[in-house]
Amino acid sequence: MPGLDTFNPASPEAQAIARLFGRTLVVMAAIFVFVAALITIAIVRYRARPGAPEPAQDFGSLRLEIAWTIGPVVIVILLFGLTVHAMRTADPPKTDGAPDLRVVGHQWWWEVNYLQSGVVTANEIHIPAGRQLLVELHSADVIHDFWVPRLARKIDVIPGRANRVWLRAGEPGVYQGACAEFCGNQHAWMRFIVVAHRPPEFAAWQAMMLHVPAVPTSGIAARGAQIFRDQACINCHTIVGTPGNQRIGPDLTHLATRRIIAGGAAENSPGNLGRWLADPNSIKPASHMPNFQFDESEVAALVAYLETLK
Amino acid sequence: MSGAVLDDEIVAAPAVAEGEGLLNWVASVDHKKIGLMYLISGFVFFAIGGFEALLMRLQLAWPRLNVLAPDTYNQLFTMHGTTMIFLVATPWLVGIATYLVPLMIGARDMASPRLNALSFWIHAFGGVMMYFSFIAGGAPNVGWFAYAPLSLRSFSPLAGVDYWAFGLLAIGIGTLAAGINFIVTIVTLRAPGMTMRRVPLFVWMMFIDAWLILLAMPVLNASLVLLLVDRYMDANIFNAAAGGSAVLWQHYFWAFGHPEVYILVLPAFGIISEVIPVFSGKPIFGYEFVAGSTLVIGFLSFAVWAHHMFAVGLGHAFDLAFAAGTMLIAVPTGVKIFSWTATMFGGCIRFTTAMLFAVGFLVMFTIGGLSGVTFAVVPIDWQMTDSYYVVAHLHYVMFGGTLFAIFAGFYYWYPKFTGRMLSEKWGRVHFWLTVVGFNGTFLVQHLLGMMGMPRRVYTYPDLPWWGSLNFISTAGAFTLGASVLLFLWIVLSSRRTGMPAGNNPWGGWTLEWATTSPPPAENFDLVPPIRGRRPLWDLTHPDRTDAIMSARAK
Repeated sequence: MPGLDTFNPASPEAQAIARLFGRTLVVMAAIFVFVAALITIAIVRYRARPGAPEPAQDFGSLRLEIAWTIGPVVIVILLFGLTVHAMRTADPPKTDGAPDLRVVGHQWWWEVNYLQSGVVTANEIHIPAGRQLLVELHSADVIHDFWVPRLARKIDVIPGRANRVWLRAGEPGVYQGACAEFCGNQHAWMRFIVVAHRPPEFAAWQAMMLHVPAVPTSGIAARGAQIFRDQACINCHTIVGTPGNQRIGPDLTHLATRRIIAGGAAENSPGNLGRWLADPNSIKPASHMPNFQFDESEVAALVAYLETLK
Repeated sequence: MSGAVLDDEIVAAPAVAEGEGLLNWVASVDHKKIGLMYLISGFVFFAIGGFEALLMRLQLAWPRLNVLAPDTYNQLFTMHGTTMIFLVATPWLVGIATYLVPLMIGARDMASPRLNALSFWIHAFGGVMMYFSFIAGGAPNVGWFAYAPLSLRSFSPLAGVDYWAFGLLAIGIGTLAAGINFIVTIVTLRAPGMTMRRVPLFVWMMFIDAWLILLAMPVLNASLVLLLVDRYMDANIFNAAAGGSAVLWQHYFWAFGHPEVYILVLPAFGIISEVIPVFSGKPIFGYEFVAGSTLVIGFLSFAVWAHHMFAVGLGHAFDLAFAAGTMLIAVPTGVKIFSWTATMFGGCIRFTTAMLFAVGFLVMFTIGGLSGVTFAVVPIDWQMTDSYYVVAHLHYVMFGGTLFAIFAGFYYWYPKFTGRMLSEKWGRVHFWLTVVGFNGTFLVQHLLGMMGMPRRVYTYPDLPWWGSLNFISTAGAFTLGASVLLFLWIVLSSRRTGMPAGNNPWGGWTLEWATTSPPPAENFDLVPPIRGRRPLWDLTHPDRTDAIMSARAK
């Protein structure tokens, strides 16, 4: 079935979970078939028929009762063994050293920091395929949960507590991620993607992210850059190469290269960016992005500027 | 063991004239009237909670719909969960037990009739207070387990969470008082001859249930007070930003919350343990094992709470400790499933509507139980927790389990409550509509979870299959809604037009069937002699009483 992410793992960790899940489901299905068969036999065979004599009154059988106590105990011990066996592969021990990535959950978007290179982005995590990255998770506000079903276990993102998880993808591709712990109004649109590249392409991506986009000096885009500086934008957003260096909202330095905006509530396109700037509530009600009552020309200028950020 | 104490209570109780006036109900301390009031309040909230669910399913019928605003959706799922757990399942189970426990043990009333009335009214007050929030500036919108710090004032400044906490406090106090009353009643008011080895299994289940209430409810109430202290006095107990701990709330809540699941399922086990034997024409298979396994469940239920917290990242050893307890609890649960099935074997099964729901319970609860075991397999929980797989699982337990059992109980005891039968013809339609609607709604949700759909989202992207599976789920939910309307109609119309029931329409064996339907205020003129677990069987089979036959079996 397409989209059955749990059973379509793309990392050894998710693979271990999928295999364990598959085995467990087989055991559970067998138990269910057994119980359902017993129930079916009982209700078909012992259905009341007219004139049937009163059934024999039996009160139990110690032997049977002990048997169906011990049977489940054996199954449970087996499952426990499988669990212990799979845990280390599914969630390998974390090292104490510096993590590769620091991901911060905000109401309702993800901040992504590459600690070695200093690259910062939002709502999408680019990784080199085949490499295991240690991710440290922080929360800026409430409890969130970091979940990429095809790549790794779920792990809560808790204020005051730095959880760590290994992240890797065997093959290049785009993997869906989401916040899995209810975190307030827009929990639904706190999604993200993990983009795994071949190592050379990842290097190219990283180089691109380290490149500081030039601030446009002419045309409508220049007016957009002006608005970004003069209006409230810089109070929350960073664009490297401009005075904007705040981390309250997503870093916009390479916004034009991103695939989604607003935690997945919309594709990143000039049209959607315009709608977002004109009225954030039309895309993601109650998001913390204010409505600045920009007029049409201001929106067009800002979009033109933001489209240069690559 | 009954006797003097009870007589004093009856004499001292305010004299209320016979009749149907409203005051007769409001002022009543009769366990039967209080039991019925619990059931009626459960019906009202069931209709409301079901309506909330349908609104949510409408919003989720297709990707990116705008039927509801996100905040409205969040209020609805919070209230739906809280309502179904605390204002439907709880009062229905407590109501059935309040009505039946005194009858089943041959008593005239609960040990403390006034406390009984107080329990109900505090409980109802809590429900009203919680719903008042809708007109007082917004219902709670933080989910039924209200994780901090989202539930603290910095993120939820409106009064919804306060109404939620105060409402639950009232409900907690009411339920706690009911629990104490059940324990005292069962310990002190059993009729002569009714030893603890002879009480009906429903009473055994309620007895253990009441202990769980006694031990778990105070944890909830204390936690709610701490939450309110945080909200009103900035104590920062759960506020990590000021040195508190967000995880602490989860420990506190689930230390109550998981026993609560068993509080809501043990009485259901009790109902099934009465219905299946009577309609199979045989005594329960392995009475001691059914009662004993429940005791084991009771103990274990306090050692499994952190299986709700495997995603917190508390370490493998920690996770495994709670996984072990969780897996073990499957064993006593399995014992019961086998005992009920074995009771049907060799029987002479009458498929009344009550029995249909009991068999439906066996199958649905087995599915819910087995998917529950998959959560004890820790890595599966790491993948599936907080997804629609959990939503499916908990509804198979709470609806497929508890609610199917409650329906079985309604069809079984409604004749006793009212003196009239529920329509068996329409009952069958209700049963099949429920089975189709229920599985239509929740079976596909297992798949949605496996596809990565998180729970508690007001909408979702158009990923492969998400739209169609959600549409099926919504269609199932509306089928279920139709079945609920049909059930309400059956219950209301049977009140006037149902066939007269007589004292014992099903050939039941426990004491409630020894008196009239409905029973008189004092319950019994004369309690039959109790020499075994099935006093009415013994009465009609003097040469083959349980005592004679079980001796023969050995």
